This record gives sequence, C-alpha cells and structure tokens, in this order.
Amino acid sequence: MPRTLSDLKANVAASWRRGRGRVLAFIATASLGGCSQGVLDPQGPIASAEKTILLNSLGIMLAIVVPTILATLGIAYWFRASNTRAVHLPDFEYSGLLEMIVWSIPAMTVLLLGGIAWIGAHELDPRKPLASSVKPIAVQVTSLDWKWLFIYPNEGIASVNTLTIPSGTPISFDLTSSGVMNSFFVPQLGSQIYTMAGMVTHLQLRAEKPGVYPGFSAQFSGDGFAGMNFAVNAVPPEQFTQWIAATRGKGPALDAQGYAALARPSEAVAPLTYGSVTPGLFGSVVRESTQSIDRPRAVPAGGRMEN
Amino acid sequence: MSVAAIFDESGHPLQDTAGDGPAPKAIVVAYGFWIFLLSDIVMFSAIFATYAVLAHATAGGPSGAQLFNRTRVLVETGCLLLSSYTCGLMSLGVEARHRVATYCAALITFVLGAAFLSVEISEFAGMVARGATPERSAFLSAFFTLVGCHGLHVSFGLIWLVVMMAQVVTKGFREAVVRRLFCFSLFWHALDIIWVGIFTVVYLIGTRS
Amino acid sequence: MNILGKLSWSAIPISEPEDLIASGLMILAAVGVLAWVTAKGRWPYLWQEWLTSVDHKRIGVMYCVLALLMLLRGFTDAIMMRTQQALAAGGAQGYLPPQHYDQIFSAHGTIMIFFMAMPFIIGLMNFAVPLQLGIRDVAFPTLNSVSLGLTASGILLTNVSLVIGEFAKTGWVAYPPLSELRFSPGVGVDYYLWALQISGVGTLLTGINFVTTILKMRAPGMSYMRMPVFCWTALATNLLIVAAFPVLTATFAMLLLDRYLGFHFFTNSGQGNPMMYVNLFWAWGHPEVYILILPAFGIFSEVFATFSGKPLFGYRSMVAATMAICIFSFLVWLHHFFTMGAGADVNGFFGVMTMIIAVPTGVKIFNWLFTMFGGRVRFTVPILWSLGFMVTFVIGGMTGVLLAVPPADFQLHNSLFLVAHFHNVLIGGLFFGVMAGYNYWFPKAFGFTLSERWGKAAFWCWLIGFYVAFMPLYALGLMGMTRRLQHYDNASWQPLLIVAAAGAIIVLCGIICQIVQLVVSIRDREQHRDRTGDPWDGRTLEWATPSPPPTWNFPVLPRVEGKDAFWIQKQHAGGSGAERGEPLRYEPIEMPKNSATGFVTAFFAVVTGFALIWHIWWMALLGVLGAFVTILAFAWRERAEIEIPAAVLERGDRAYRAGLNR
Repeated sequence: MPRTLSDLKANVAASWRRGRGRVLAFIATASLGGCSQGVLDPQGPIASAEKTILLNSLGIMLAIVVPTILATLGIAYWFRASNTRAVHLPDFEYSGLLEMIVWSIPAMTVLLLGGIAWIGAHELDPRKPLASSVKPIAVQVTSLDWKWLFIYPNEGIASVNTLTIPSGTPISFDLTSSGVMNSFFVPQLGSQIYTMAGMVTHLQLRAEKPGVYPGFSAQFSGDGFAGMNFAVNAVPPEQFTQWIAATRGKGPALDAQGYAALARPSEAVAPLTYGSVTPGLFGSVVRESTQSIDRPRAVPAGGRMEN
Repeated sequence: MSVAAIFDESGHPLQDTAGDGPAPKAIVVAYGFWIFLLSDIVMFSAIFATYAVLAHATAGGPSGAQLFNRTRVLVETGCLLLSSYTCGLMSLGVEARHRVATYCAALITFVLGAAFLSVEISEFAGMVARGATPERSAFLSAFFTLVGCHGLHVSFGLIWLVVMMAQVVTKGFREAVVRRLFCFSLFWHALDIIWVGIFTVVYLIGTRS
Repeated sequence: MNILGKLSWSAIPISEPEDLIASGLMILAAVGVLAWVTAKGRWPYLWQEWLTSVDHKRIGVMYCVLALLMLLRGFTDAIMMRTQQALAAGGAQGYLPPQHYDQIFSAHGTIMIFFMAMPFIIGLMNFAVPLQLGIRDVAFPTLNSVSLGLTASGILLTNVSLVIGEFAKTGWVAYPPLSELRFSPGVGVDYYLWALQISGVGTLLTGINFVTTILKMRAPGMSYMRMPVFCWTALATNLLIVAAFPVLTATFAMLLLDRYLGFHFFTNSGQGNPMMYVNLFWAWGHPEVYILILPAFGIFSEVFATFSGKPLFGYRSMVAATMAICIFSFLVWLHHFFTMGAGADVNGFFGVMTMIIAVPTGVKIFNWLFTMFGGRVRFTVPILWSLGFMVTFVIGGMTGVLLAVPPADFQLHNSLFLVAHFHNVLIGGLFFGVMAGYNYWFPKAFGFTLSERWGKAAFWCWLIGFYVAFMPLYALGLMGMTRRLQHYDNASWQPLLIVAAAGAIIVLCGIICQIVQLVVSIRDREQHRDRTGDPWDGRTLEWATPSPPPTWNFPVLPRVEGKDAFWIQKQHAGGSGAERGEPLRYEPIEMPKNSATGFVTAFFAVVTGFALIWHIWWMALLGVLGAFVTILAFAWRERAEIEIPAAVLERGDRAYRAGLNR
C-alpha cells in the first residue's frame, strides 16, 4: 500500500489554510450574533433551570466525548502502518478487564444523566405550578392559521400576535389549536408545548424582568408557518394593570363572528387587541374544532394547492 | 455427528443441524413464511392498538354495545374454526398425496371461509344501513378497519386457495406446490388466531354488560 | 366522474419556472440515458444481465445505483434550502415561495431516508451478506428482485410528482391534522403515502428474505458466533425491518383511509386522535434510524479489523451490543415528542430508556478503538471514512443524549439544534459508513479499485463541508431558530446561515469528487485491476472469490473453521494461494433462473400507485389485476432453476487460483 500519511498531513494543512478564514468568521459572528434572545439567554426561572440542565449535561458528556475523540486520533496516528515503534499485538482481540471498563464507563455516565433526566422531567414538567407568592395570571392560547390568539379570561380581553404579561408573575397557560398542530414557544422564558385541536395542554412560565421576548411556533403548520411570530411584552405589574384597563372596551369584540373571521387563513398578521371577549369562548373553540366537518378547502383542477 | 436423518422425497434431509450448511428449501420457505406471518401480526397489532385507543371515540354515534350481536359472532367463529379443521384435513390429504381428499377438504374450507365472509359482509351492510358507517366516528373507523382488514386477509386466502387447487390440478403434488400448500395452511391458521383476538377485544369486550 | 380522475393538464407546472426547470432537467437526464443505451444497442444486455437478474450481487449494485442517484436529488433539495435560508433574512422572501419550499424540505427528508439511505444499506447488505456467509444467494432470490422493483417504483412515483402534480408539504413525517384532506387537499400527501407504501412492502420483503437467509442458510461450519459482525448487524437490521415496517404500513393505511374514504382515525372531527399517528409513526420511526445505523456499524467493524490487520476487538461484546440496540430501539419512541405533554413519569421513563441505548453504542466505539490498538493501521479511503465517523458520530451521539433529557428537549425540540443532531448522526454515521462500504466492496463488485486520490479528496470535502454546514445549525438552535422556516425576521441569524450554505457548497465539491472518482476509476481500470480477489488482505469470505465473483459465488461451499474464516484459510495455506481450500471434487449446482417478475411487478406498482393518487379507479384496478397475473405467471413457471455443470465451475475456479499466484 502506498504511504499515505504524508498525503494526510498535506491535506490537513491545506484544509486548515483554506478553512481558517471561515472558521474565524464563524466564531466572530456566533459570539457577536448570538447568545441573546435564545436558549442561552434565559429571562425566567423555567428557562434558567433548563439552561443549567443543558450545560451540566453537556459538561458530563464532553468529559467522555473529548477524550474519546483524542484517543481515536491518537491511536489511529500512533498505530499507523509506517510506525514501527508502536507495539504490534496482532492477536489482541479480547480482555475481560477492558470489556468491563468499556461497558462501565457508558453505563455510569448514563446512570448519572438518567438521574438528571428523571428528576428534571419532574421538576420542569410543564403542568407543574410555579412556586410564587403572586397569584398567577391565566392566559388561554389558541393557534390558528397562521397567528396566535391570546385570551385573558379573567380580564375579559384578548390579543393577536402579541402577549402582554406582568413581570415577576407566574402565567398559567391553557393551550389549544383551531386546527393543525403547532407548538407555543418563547425560548427565553422556557419550555415549548404542542397545541392540538380538541385538547387543552398546560404550561407555566414566568418572566423575571420586564423586556420584550420573541415567541413563535415550533411545529410546522403550513404555508404561513414562518410568519407565526409574536412578541411577549413583559411589563411591571402596575403597567400591566393599566394596559388591561386601557384595552378593555376599546377595539373590536371577540365574539363568535369575530372568532370566525379571525379563523380564516391569513399570514403575517399585525398585532391587534380585542376590547372584549365572549365568556367561555376558549371552551367553545376547543369543542368546535372537533365538531367541524372536515370539508377540504377547494382545490383547483390538477390537484395542486396553489395560493 | 448427526443422527439418522429424515428426508423429503427428493432425498434432501429435512433435519437441519446448526452449522451444517444451508437448510433444505422446504425448511427455508416455511421459515420465511413464518417471518412474514409475524410481520403481519405486527401490522395487526398496530391496528389493534389504534382500535383500543379509539374504542370509546363514538362522537355521539352508536357504540359497540348497540351494534354487535354475539350470536352472529358465534356463527362466524364457528365457520372459521371449522374451516381451520378442514384445512388441517386438506393438509393430511396433501401429505398422503390423495387428490380427491385434498380437493374435497379444500372445497369445504372454501365454503366455510366464504360463509364467514358473507356473515361479516352482511353485518357491515346492516351497520351501514343504520348509519353506523366508518365516516361516523373514530370508533367505527377503527372497527371497520380492524375487522375489515382481517376479512380482506380471509378474501386473499380464499383466492389463494382457488389458485392452489388450480396448481394441484395442473402440476400435481410437485415440491413447489406442496411447499405453497403448507404456507397456505399456516396462513389460514394464523387468520384464526387473529380472529380469536378480534372477537375477544372487539366483540366480547365491546358488548360487556 | 372524470375518466382520468383528478388528473388534468393543470397538473403540469407550466406556470412555475422553478418546477418547470427542475422537471425539464430531470426528464432530459432520464431521456438522455435511455437514448444512449438504445444507441449503443445495450438493451438486450441490460435486460438479461441486470433487469431480470435475481443475483444478489447485481441486485445490490442496482440498489446502490438508485441510492446514488437519489443522493443527487436529495442533495439538490438541500442546496436549495440552504440558499433560500441564507437569503431570506429580515423582510426578504428569498427565491422559493412557501408552496415550493415546503415541498422541497418534505421531499428532502423523504428522499434521503427512504430512497437514499435505505437502498444504500440494503444494497450493501445484498451484495456482501451472502458472500460473507459463504453461500450462493439469499433465501428468496426472485422476491429480492421484486423488492428492488417496488423500491424503484416508489422512487419513480416520487420523482413523477415533480412533473405531474406536487409533493407533500407537511414535512417528511406528515403529521395529521396537517396531512389530512382538510388541510392538504392536493395530491402531494397522496404521492408521499403511496410511494412509501409501495416501497415499504419491498423493504419488508427484504427483511423477511435476509432474516431467513442469515438464520437458515450459512456455509457448513459457520455457527452464529463465527459469522462476520456485518452479518450480525444485518440480522439485527432485518429483524427491525420485519418488526417495524408493518407498523408504518398500518399507519399510512389509516391515513389513506382518512383521506380517501372519510374515516376518522386522525382527523379532528369524529373524535379522531392525531396523537395516535404521532405515536404509531415514531414506533416505526425510531427503529428505522437503527435500521439505518446498524449496517454502518457493521461496515466499520469490518473496515477497522481489515485495515488494522487484527481481528475485531471484543466480538462477543459487539454481538451483544448489536442485539441490545435492536431490542432497546423499540422502547424509546416517545423521545420524538416529549413536548406533546405526556407528563413527567412518561417523559422521564423514555428519557432514561433513550440514554440506556447510548451504552451499547459507546461500547462499540471503544471496541473499535481497541481494534486499532496494537495493529498496523493503513490509511485507505475506507479507514478515513471510519475515522471521520468516530469523531463525528460521538458528537452527534452526545447531542442526542442532551436532547434525551426532557427539560433540555423542551427548549430544543424542532429547533435547528435537533436538525444538526440528526444530520450529525445520519451523515457522520450512516453516510460515512456507506461511503466506507462503497469504497471497500467496489473492487469485489467490479474487479478494480477506486481511485484513492479522488476518494480522499471526496472524504475531506465531505468532512469539512459537514462541519461547516452543521455546526452553525447547533448555534442557531440555541439562538432560538426553529426548523422548516421559509423566511425569518431575526437578521442576526443570517451570517450563520450563510456559513451553513457555504458548507453545503463544500459538500457539493465532495460529491463532484465522488463522481470524478468513479469516472477516473473506470477510465483507469486496467491499472487498478484486482487480480487476486483480495485487494485489502481481507479476513472474511467475500475476499475468497474472484473479483467480480461468478454468479454462484463459490464453486464448492467453503467449510468454516472459525471467525474470520478467510483469514484462517490464508494462515493454513501459509501464503500459497493455490493450495488454499482447493476442493477435492466439483459437482454440478443449481442456480435460480433469471425472472422478469420483479421488473413487471414494479411496472404494475407504478401504474397502480399513480392511478390511486389521481383517483383513476379503472387504472388502479387494472394495475392490481396486472400484479396478480404476474404472480400467477411466476407460480406457473416450469423451470425455477438452471444447472451449472461441474466443468464450468472447475474452469472458473482454476482460473481464479491461477490468478492468485501472480
């Protein structure tokens, strides 16, 4: 066989020369662009706890993975065919001790991480109420094509594609969908949860500080999916009360007709608020989405769904 | 060393000691067909699981208790179990290479299988006439699919039986034909086993008072 | 009732330039190939030697050819997606409107998994397993040909959707209610469902074929613990196919009943339950990813042992780990939807089970390291792919374990972090594995080795391109970007997406290198002729045959004395090839006859599938009847086998042994 290691070295050097600029640019943009507004920039207790778990788990795994990668490259290089200094053990194919170690290392790691997974799943269960001295605000979330509707049942108002909440207060979400599956997600505040028609899922989140946090759908739902963005405006509690008072009674009313109009497919809907909401509307949305006759939208001849 | 071996009529040993080379064709075919049957049972399991989840999703429509008739199920079960017995008789006929016995047993098996199907079709027709169609509710969709899938398998079995008899007529009891008849009887008995599952899960549990 | 169902001239995308160009290019390529074959007068050869062949080696090669073609199609989709996302930042809409973008990402996933990955591993298993087992063919050769035909039918239907109609716009998983008639009234989901149902039957038949072959047909003396590890992983893979694919068949059948007959399995109305689809789909879907990765693990086991010049370390452990993975893969499916709200106990259970699977996988990684330890590692192209795999796959496995922690998944589900993870394990694991296998077994299949230089260039482009394309996606997932976005508002994501697109271009260079490798190798094949049948100093029985092997593989079935049967033969012979395992006596053998059953079944499958998609009921009926008649024709054929005289066997064997001494 031809000696290939020099080729290997030349190739690595060439690739590094080629890739060096790119790598540096990437690191720059990643660190500048980036950690804000995402999972690594938590603004609430759920998101913080999840970030901690993520980084702890990453650390534990890296402790295994990095040595393994180094060992791979090291062993392959040292035992290359041209290296006559390396010990030659042509029949080395079994060692009870090594087998035991080789099974134990992953097993122990998994035991540790499994514990984290089990405990974490319970501590951060979306349904679990947040410990707080403040009374939670209830918000009923409905995903439609292709926007988000937020109903405040106790305050009697609603909004579309914008969610105003008081900071430092737990928000208790009840979520459903008018049709297809979506996933309600505000990365900086915490967990996402699916929204499904005819069912109600539950989520508890809290924003620690006032701020604007992006939210969106994390489950593909059709052509207008990319436009299903909403902003979470966390404001100080007094400001929240003022906002409620200011919104109540102004603007359109969200009654059955209003909802039917809203439910018609539309994309990139600008945020708006409703000054009043028919009581029990959310419940009727949950019930109605299972009742509706599954008559498909009209399709032009040729079977292709063109807009 | 191997013990005295059992041979098929071409002189190929039927016993298969591990590590002695590829098994004879009859064993390979039967084994492969068993694996296919297991895969078919997996498919039925998925449909069973769906039925179990949707068993109470009647959407305001009729439920099993209102639709099912235990007597009719008893008749269906009787037909199918009896047809398994006659299928066994047919296998004996094949082993003895006795054409008439094979044809007679096959005919009775066919008639019983067709009887099963006709009772089932009349059940479906009756339900549809009452408005208990599969489009009515998830429960009915699951019911028609589970029971209907089994019925479809029975239909395929009946077609296969006719084809097999045609093969016996035209080719006699050649090795290949005998292998296929063996596979057919495995298939027919497996359908019986699935039916036991169906009448238990769907009909007996569904009409539990 | 229209005689052509829903089909009409508007099914052809005359008004959509991108569709038109893509369709046009594809049709041009297909017509070009057919015209070239006709011009060279090669149809008789193609028909007799390939299309009606029931030889596992030929079938294996054809599967791999399909896979490589679909790699090009799936990769084209990938480049289009990457460039769209690199452009569509802030208010920009890119060049692909949602109707197209949604089809492209759905087609990308469907094609890469079902029509690139599956055919590739099935092709490699087809080619190598009977040779490694020391036998002449699989248990059911004609059925094997039918499987190939059905897979090709699925591929054809999927590609026809580009020209006539549309493809699904639901993502490759097609969750209801989005995939139900109400929200997807076009034919796209129907194309998806029928193409996959048809090819799924083919795959299931392959599973049955190989389980039977491996368990019931091995060379004399080859007990289970003397089988090559690739055969063990093939066994586990095919057991998974037999146990998992029927679930997919049932699930798609139920969705089809919803769409065609108004059933209520997964609809919102009628108390249907979309969550049931999600559960059923992933009950198939998780075993599916192990179906994809286990053969790759088997290939790595062979490659590491061969090119280290040592037996595989910890054979028993590897077997135990393989079968453990096989069983556990059925116990983890819920980790694909932790965020559906199942509750802490359920989520916790499945999280823990998912991590437990990491244990046997970790064991394999360490055993490969110890295989190299104490060996003399030759840095051939297959070893490069294997080393690339070791580094890349452990990173992907690590991110998988991270995602298996439910609270972490709550933040990362459906994000680009998830996309990066599964590409990490699929490319770094499956794809690197099939590339290693392709370079490893190519000389056996065609009689000459592939160009090392271009192979290495391809490897480095793929390795670097992969990292440049996917490491940014991990970062973007952490930054909150979700998957399947046709455009996005957050302009700070754009630089990383541009980097990712650049990575895709580097991978494109890798693919070009692979095409060049093939062309150059064919051109220079005389210089790289494999005259001994053992170009790598191999250890397993496929290297004990000429390259390419005759139809019957072995003139006399080898008697196996231990693991690494060929290595033992070579040790006994002490270096003199001619004395190695020479038979005392040649006897005539029977080989299965060629058959057009596979090809004709494929034809009727395409007709039936197309007819069902477009609601052309009379055509569907004809297609089914045609398939039935084909089965009858097969059942009534007079001769199933042809006899190979002893003299032919002896002549071939003597020529092979003469070549060994050169």
